[in-house]
Amino acid sequence: MTTIDVVARLAYLGAATCFVLGLHLMNSPATARRGNRLSAGGMLLAVAATAGLLADSTAATPTALWVLAAGVAVGAAAGLYGARRAPTTSMPQLVSIFNAAGGGAAALIGLHEVLRATAGSLPVRVATPAALDIVIGAVTLSGSLIASGKLHGVITGRPLVFPGVRAVNAGLGLAIAAAGGYVATGHTGLPVVLVLSVAALAFGVTMVLPIGGADMPVVISLLNAFTGTAVAMAGFVIGNTGLIIAGALVGASGTILTKLMADAMNRSIMNIVVGGFGAADSDGSVVAAKASVRELSVDDAAIQLAYASRVVIVPGYGLAAAQAQHSVNELATMLQSRGVDVTYAIHPVAGRMPGHMNVLLAEANVPYDQMRDMDEANPDFARTDVVLVVGANDIVNPAARRAGTAISGMPILDVDRATSVIVIKRSMGYGYAGIDNELYTDPKTGMLFSDAKVGLTALTSAVKTLVG
Amino acid sequence: MNAELIADLSLFVLGLLVGFEVISKVPATLHTPLMSGANAIHGVVLIGVMLIATTVDSIAGYVLLFGAAAFAAGNVVGGYVVTDRMLAMFRSRS
Repeated sequence: MTTIDVVARLAYLGAATCFVLGLHLMNSPATARRGNRLSAGGMLLAVAATAGLLADSTAATPTALWVLAAGVAVGAAAGLYGARRAPTTSMPQLVSIFNAAGGGAAALIGLHEVLRATAGSLPVRVATPAALDIVIGAVTLSGSLIASGKLHGVITGRPLVFPGVRAVNAGLGLAIAAAGGYVATGHTGLPVVLVLSVAALAFGVTMVLPIGGADMPVVISLLNAFTGTAVAMAGFVIGNTGLIIAGALVGASGTILTKLMADAMNRSIMNIVVGGFGAADSDGSVVAAKASVRELSVDDAAIQLAYASRVVIVPGYGLAAAQAQHSVNELATMLQSRGVDVTYAIHPVAGRMPGHMNVLLAEANVPYDQMRDMDEANPDFARTDVVLVVGANDIVNPAARRAGTAISGMPILDVDRATSVIVIKRSMGYGYAGIDNELYTDPKTGMLFSDAKVGLTALTSAVKTLVG
Repeated sequence: MNAELIADLSLFVLGLLVGFEVISKVPATLHTPLMSGANAIHGVVLIGVMLIATTVDSIAGYVLLFGAAAFAAGNVVGGYVVTDRMLAMFRSRS
């Protein structure tokens, strides 16, 4: 090993250390920002060391270096622009696009290594991770782009199931297995690599299309885990420890998040990936009978809230869709100034990505110590005067506690244990699971039919004028 | 199997275990920044792209290299910046 090699390897070790410590600092909101910057510092170190390797070696042609620099400049500018300019409400799709890019880059490394090898010269220990790298990376690239399209509303959030999707998936799976097996055993050649890449890309599309909007937290974390794994495979291909360690870390983190999200819905990852239940997404157009529902006026709801001593707000995707995070904070601040104890109870799968509601509320300046997760919030509902449910549905449906419903066994927020409940919702439309919500017909529940933002603003001004 | 592959596999498995250990303690409030921060970390694929630049010498290779470099740089820069932006929004009561 030359000196520069040693320096570079030590730099990769340093970078890996920064990644681990950075992730560790993410355990608390107070240190998380420092953690992310430490991780970025480690990345800078790794990139600088690699640049040193490139400068020292004469192996790269000047053209290759220019092409590399141009690619980095274009990518960095695009990434910076997206990260700075995208509105907070677009963050799920933005994260998904960055994920797609990482998967694409990893797949291209594998592709390049296989294509440049002359026939029969690729040892199996390189060929196998290369095949896995191409497959996982390509599935992530197209799958994340479709997920991003669904989140942005370019592609419908409803589960898209076309006839024969199983047959198509089986065909693609066979093609991937055959071409992948061929490449993994050290065979090369443009046609087989093309078949492998195209089949994997197509599989990513057909995998994500049938998955509905409300399952997106699971899908996004799963695709994140995929990219981590693809990057680790790329590390095996080119023998780089930095890629292997960082890829494994991300693979593990994505897997944990995926598991947490799936558990929060009481569904297996397989069940979610194979296809959603119910076709409706959030407030669908289906309107059920309003038979035994008690409708509440804005003034009644405002008075209930203003004279409560403990209020818990339960946000759901409806809050994000209506971009009502600032309105909800306004109402909460107003109530707090009157001495009401206001906290937020957040279900793990509320929204479209893990922790979606927390980021939205943080954007609206809600302090994080007022946001409580399901386990923290549930024991306290019995001591709560009023629960305000904003645009959430299945995650507060008591039907989950009974056997035999579409959401049986799914952990829910025990909103119905509170003294009274106010639900802000546009209509009696079904949630994702497509079933009636028993909370709405509970005698202690009052329904305020409105868009989340309009309803919250009206509530705030009603509190102001009635009891100001 | 040679020694190098065994060493790489060990790193991979230990990396997974460390990942599980470190991340299972992250509170739900930070799940989005965690995902986004992890997303930025897999942008380390950029150093892989830089390293394969030494082996590129054909038109097709240059095209692949350009695409991979743009993807990886977008991932790493965008990932860190957007995570920082998210985390800047989290504040405590005080």
